[in-house]
Amino acid sequence: MKHRSFFWFILPSLAAMLLFIALPIVSVFVQSLFVEHEQVLVVTENCGPFGCKQVTSVDVEATQAMVEKAPLGRFNGFGTYINRNHLAFAEVAAAWSSAQGLGDFAGKVMNLPFYKALLFTLAYTFIVTPLVILLGLAIALGVNALPKMLKGPTIFFSLLPMIVTPLIGSLILFWMIDAQGIIGASLQILFDDPDLSLKASPTLTWITLFVYGVWHSAPFSFIVFYAGLQTVPEDTMEAAMIDGATRWQRLRYVVVPYMTPLVTFIMLMQLMDNFRVFEPIVGFSASANATSLSWIIYNDLRGQDTQLFGSAATTSMLTIVGVCILLTPVLLRTWREFNRKAV
Amino acid sequence: MSLATQRRSASLIIFSTGFVILWLCLASLPFLWTLWGSFKVQGDFFSKADWSYALTGVRTQIETGAAFTGDGYFGAWIEQEFWRATLNTAIVVIATVVISLTLGTLGGYALARSGYRYAFWLLMAALVFRAMPHITLVSGYLLPFFQWNLWGHLPTAIIVLVAINQPFTLWMLHSFFLNIPKDMDESAMVDGCTRFQAFRHVIIPVMWPGVITTGLFSFLLAYNDFAVTGMLLSQQNQTMVPKIASFLGTTQVEGNVMFAVAAVVSATAPLFALVMFFQRQIVSGLTAGAVKG
Amino acid sequence: MCLKKVALAGAMALLSTSAYAGCGLSGGSVRILSNDFPALQAVAAGAEACAGGGVEVSKNQTTEHRDLQVAALTANPAEYTTAVVANSSIVPLLNEDLIRPLDDLVAKHGGDLQKHQLITIDGKIMAIAFMANAQHLFYRSDILEQAGVAAPTTYEDVLAAAEAIRAAGIMKHPFALNTKTGWNLGEEFINMYMGTGAPMFKAGTAEVAINNEHGVATLNMLKDLVAYSNPDFLTFDSNATQALWEAGELAMATMWGSRGGAILDDEGSSEAVTSTTVLSGAPTWGGGSTPASTLWWDGFTIAKNISDEDAEATFVAMLNGISTEMVQANNDAAVWLIKGYAPGAAAQGVSATASSGTEPYPMLPFMGPLHTALGNELSDFLQGKESAEQALADVEAAYTTSAKEKGFLN
Repeated sequence: MKHRSFFWFILPSLAAMLLFIALPIVSVFVQSLFVEHEQVLVVTENCGPFGCKQVTSVDVEATQAMVEKAPLGRFNGFGTYINRNHLAFAEVAAAWSSAQGLGDFAGKVMNLPFYKALLFTLAYTFIVTPLVILLGLAIALGVNALPKMLKGPTIFFSLLPMIVTPLIGSLILFWMIDAQGIIGASLQILFDDPDLSLKASPTLTWITLFVYGVWHSAPFSFIVFYAGLQTVPEDTMEAAMIDGATRWQRLRYVVVPYMTPLVTFIMLMQLMDNFRVFEPIVGFSASANATSLSWIIYNDLRGQDTQLFGSAATTSMLTIVGVCILLTPVLLRTWREFNRKAV
Repeated sequence: MSLATQRRSASLIIFSTGFVILWLCLASLPFLWTLWGSFKVQGDFFSKADWSYALTGVRTQIETGAAFTGDGYFGAWIEQEFWRATLNTAIVVIATVVISLTLGTLGGYALARSGYRYAFWLLMAALVFRAMPHITLVSGYLLPFFQWNLWGHLPTAIIVLVAINQPFTLWMLHSFFLNIPKDMDESAMVDGCTRFQAFRHVIIPVMWPGVITTGLFSFLLAYNDFAVTGMLLSQQNQTMVPKIASFLGTTQVEGNVMFAVAAVVSATAPLFALVMFFQRQIVSGLTAGAVKG
Repeated sequence: MCLKKVALAGAMALLSTSAYAGCGLSGGSVRILSNDFPALQAVAAGAEACAGGGVEVSKNQTTEHRDLQVAALTANPAEYTTAVVANSSIVPLLNEDLIRPLDDLVAKHGGDLQKHQLITIDGKIMAIAFMANAQHLFYRSDILEQAGVAAPTTYEDVLAAAEAIRAAGIMKHPFALNTKTGWNLGEEFINMYMGTGAPMFKAGTAEVAINNEHGVATLNMLKDLVAYSNPDFLTFDSNATQALWEAGELAMATMWGSRGGAILDDEGSSEAVTSTTVLSGAPTWGGGSTPASTLWWDGFTIAKNISDEDAEATFVAMLNGISTEMVQANNDAAVWLIKGYAPGAAAQGVSATASSGTEPYPMLPFMGPLHTALGNELSDFLQGKESAEQALADVEAAYTTSAKEKGFLN
């Protein structure tokens, strides 16, 4: 394709992405390099319904004067990246020199918010992604074997976990797994443990989040695989059968290779989405036991009175770097394929 | 596959059917539970005393005098005017899907047909764009949008949703177009068509299945979005999900929670019709699509 | 339920007829940003009654209001002419200099306002308060009687009573407070720490001063209390504790006073629970005399970046929103600070708490980062995974990092 026509074809899409994603990414990166101006504090008398008091407050005029001179704040370089709430170089070094043994070191590092979140994020990504792919493939194979009439409704019901808005979905599920809820109470009977609570123990909370993650994303991989199954050429299949291939061999040597490009696509999307997990953590009130990188951003920006934009910007940039590292193997593969196909 | 299907052994059919049934139960139980519970009062559906209340409707009996109540639906649709939110959602979703797909097909086609390196790097850049957490993006939009008086309007939310969704759309459609043989449009160009005419007369007629599948995912994104619509729309322009969130509120008012439950059930109905209508295309769409991507 | 809504709507209709169009204004635009719950809806409806005769009134009542307010009021002209805030959420507006002093407007229109409604900062009126709230003790008189204990007035009493109830086999988890990780847990620590009477910051600076014996004692008291809570306590927000209470699963709880009305009505609860629920003041502890709670107010502010005409129109419309008629029509929707309010049963706990010398929630510029740090760093201690000293050190480190980024510390 000529450069010129390529440009015109891609322009609208590229413009939207540059304006609404690339530009913000640049501004977020710049923001992450700055911290706010030193606030000038003064002691004043404040009065309200409950009496008067001497309190500390910000001298707005003095502070605003500084802001006007340098609207971005004070340049901090990568200071925010290495402070305690992010990569915490100083704290990790201190933990290393003072730790007695590796276990103690790990314990100290996991007490730092960023590493605690990173651990859960990685665990979630690497447990949920393969399970989603396997479960999706299994369901697709199962649905494919159904009589034609039943396929439509089955597809709809299979899509439900993805369709119901997570906002309410997690609220209802949260109630169902409550010790008094239907799932929680059934599990108590099943395991014969009246004190079993999915919300209290860290391990069970993690498992609950993993199960939710798989349940929520399985429909996505199911629908992609199901469609892929329709394309497995019949003649190849028949040839394999004539050669006496067993059902398992046909699955292993004919169907699965056909699915490989799909697996790449699903893996790419799922790795990325799972790395940015945060909705179930909020929905299940699980932040005591499980936090993720996106949850840290959420916590800096929402649900509190003082927003930490610089800190959120830093965590966002670290998230992007994390995603890039995670996707490198998949991308290298795509690169080779692209070069093979390139004219 | 038809031959293979015919020859399946009985035990395998039982196993695979059993597995599908098990999955269907897992997938739909929470929804069916919600559907049933939406006709109860909050004290039953969200019972702290005994979950079986949700089945039997003990408190529903006490509070309304019958085992089922339509209060949730009445409250959501009539009192709280949920239909307004439905209308806004319809506008946002349709516009988002149409614009996303238009931009996406043009871009995806170009990416699929260009053999130059920069096409690859553009695809990679799109992935990096997709890695950016949405909440950070939305927080960044607030100040400029307020300043330029763009905040709160439906078109703003639509264009943001389109932009945020572009990377996914591009990737998916790009792999779909890779699958349409090059000869088709190139022979048209040999016959004297321009690139765009070739696209219009040769590619558009055969691209629908893939476009519809991509459209389904754009649709679901716009339909379920809260991160963007919750922050960028004013109250009179609220779409369904923020409206449902407002039923819950920071302090859940007795009864209003059931509005949210009823609203969620109502919001699923059009999706059922949609999936049933498009399921054939979804399947054949992906068939031709991402497979060789 | 429907009946009540209809009655409320009727009252609003009456109210709107009593207000004359434009509320005597010649013009102006009123744009309200607030949280979304019934008491604030009533206020906004009162303000909307001023629409007409050149006056336009619009509102955005949303749970996301805190995340919108700074950006919305920074724009010039501001998207909203008034933001309804509490004593914590006014702080960012003050820090960024986004709201205007109201002295002139109060002098001109505020004849009906009471002195205690005026929020004065450095001698300037910056907000008009109209609602109060505080966390206090709720208890079930029948269960305490059954266990043979008197009504608790200190948290030590609460512990003894909880033990007696548990020992008598009445309930295994008789107590709860809002200990959900995050904002709620931070609030519980602050409330409890207030009971020690010790300051949270070194005077005149932003240096935190909770990493001491008072902090340790506070944490230990919280841990002793949650030992009588359901093991899910780290997920308990206000909605969860209210539901537990209404289901009759609790004998004592520290909850928000604003929940009193909903808890005392018969919706979602049984006669046995509502008739024996008693709302009492917040307990003291550790021999201190200050109740372990904080007082909160909700009020409205007027944006700086708007025309004087809009500011005046907004002020008048909001005054109409918090009029005596509105209060009389919605008497039990909140604990009002407005003239004409007749405190009902639901307000007893807040009144008792306010009159016994409880401190207001500190309106400090750097309170937000501390609250967040407390909310996130304390759950490990309550789960028994780390020591109180370690937890406090973590809080201090997390706060210091945030405060440095915000420029409060160097």
